[in-house]
Amino acid sequence: MIRDPKDLKRYTASERANHWVVGMCFILLALSGLAFFHPAFFPLTQFFGGPVWARILHPFIGILMAVSFVSIFLRFRKLNLMTATDVEWLKRSREMVTGDDHNMPEQGKYNGGQKMLFWVLAIGMLLMTVSGILIWRAYFHFDITLVRLGAVVHAGMAAVMIALIFVHVYAAIWVKGTIRAMWYGTVTRAWAKQHHRAWYRQVTGK
Amino acid sequence: MPLQSLDILRRSATTTPSTQVRAPVEVAKLIDVTTCIGCKACQVACSEWNDIREEVGECVGVYDNPRDLSANAWTVMRFNETEENGKLEWLIRKDGCMHCADPGCLKSCPSPGAIIQYKNGIVDFNEENCIGCGYCVTGCPFNVPRISKQDNKAYKCSLCSDRVAVGQEPACVKTCPTGAIQFGSKEDMKEVAAGRVAELKTRGYDQAGLYDPQGVGGTHVMYVLHHADKPGLYSGLPANPTISPLVSLWKGVAKPLATLVLAGVALGSLFHYVTTGPNEVAKEIEDEIEAEDREKEDAQ
Ligand code: HEM
Ligand code: SF4
Repeated sequence: MIRDPKDLKRYTASERANHWVVGMCFILLALSGLAFFHPAFFPLTQFFGGPVWARILHPFIGILMAVSFVSIFLRFRKLNLMTATDVEWLKRSREMVTGDDHNMPEQGKYNGGQKMLFWVLAIGMLLMTVSGILIWRAYFHFDITLVRLGAVVHAGMAAVMIALIFVHVYAAIWVKGTIRAMWYGTVTRAWAKQHHRAWYRQVTGK
Repeated sequence: MPLQSLDILRRSATTTPSTQVRAPVEVAKLIDVTTCIGCKACQVACSEWNDIREEVGECVGVYDNPRDLSANAWTVMRFNETEENGKLEWLIRKDGCMHCADPGCLKSCPSPGAIIQYKNGIVDFNEENCIGCGYCVTGCPFNVPRISKQDNKAYKCSLCSDRVAVGQEPACVKTCPTGAIQFGSKEDMKEVAAGRVAELKTRGYDQAGLYDPQGVGGTHVMYVLHHADKPGLYSGLPANPTISPLVSLWKGVAKPLATLVLAGVALGSLFHYVTTGPNEVAKEIEDEIEAEDREKEDAQ
């Protein structure tokens, strides 16, 4: 693909690197975590050098992800504050899903769906980290009821987060011209005008 | 254990039936707390037979020694002083795995075959398959399993499954000098207990009874208690042990359902793509931008 100098910059290199660290950690966490979640997934431990290694590595990868996510959170939280237009967009998201997005309200850098995802993931990350530490038997010894609660929250929230990430990744694949924003940071002007018109106006001054 | 491996009722993290063509008789160990003198011969026998040695501790002013179960101490005597009916009573309970019919440890374990329940009722840890996550500790209603600091594997009483497999009684039973620990079929042990309970009642222990808690489906280690109405007196023996509702929620139907939902989301995405097609940038918008560029070039 020829990169047009008139393409719009959407992410800096450090934002992209930060996102990839979180993303890779998440995939590793989902694979190793699911292995303990249900016997159907137990063979996934083989990706980590066996079940004992999966058990050892998972929480450390979790800590790395939690720290990297704090950085993502600080970078993007202001851009993800909800506005009335976002609510309007969410109400009409069905139209978007059926593939007809021509009449959707104009969106800034992020649409209502992306913002919702951001906040749910932020809460999820917090819950996963706290509950993950509660059930980390190798280093911690919390009250048994807390550990049991931690196990329920960790497993339940993990399922929710994995489902959300499926949707997140699919959305990036479905909306053509999106993934390059995470590879090399730019999007075409046409992409921006179609999907994030308010942001397009803001950065181009049109 | 080639032959014992035909007697497996349940295996942790396994969704298909285990090898169970044989039907050995259900066994039980009966601990008559009212006959126990707290000599700890059973602790020593356990340590000898299983060849495990807890480090020698320090005297802290009570008889409990070691003070708690550990990877190297699968049974410990717990001593408690209490006043019942105006008399001092010294209640001594041999603590260890209860070998639940519905074991919370096995329900919680994520590693296939790390915990097995034999058809004779023995719940056994197979440390070779243990991954050290500690989920069994989370699941056990009696706070029994211990993770070794040495190798991060879970350990607990095996009810001497190796001895029982060849027709012998557990080492603690063999050693007990007062006959306070007996072993046999669960049926027989209940009968022995009934006789002993009746005797205790004639001696004024109106609340004497058998501890075989039904909340965990009954256990394969049972106690005769003088105060069966107050199991808590015996160093915190739970009155109505069950697998915690939190553990049932964690390990119940929610997980297979969540798995189906995840598969549904993945497949739903795929079919969304093939039915509605990709969301491409509209040709008209691309044209608009090109037109703008051309205008700009012309103006220059
Ligand atoms: C954020 C920091 C995290 C920490 C400290 C953490 C820690 C843990 C620990 C200690 C366990 C028990 C197994 C073991 O000892 O390795 C576990 C299990 C698990 N983790 Fe995490 N984790 C974290 C994040 C995540 C994330 C983001 C996901 C989802 C993608 C996840 C999914 C799971 C799952 C599915 C299980 C199995 C739960 C079950 O057995 O029911 N974890 N985690
Ligand atoms: S007492 Fe605990 S370790 Fe023993 S079988 Fe019951 S749940 Fe498992």
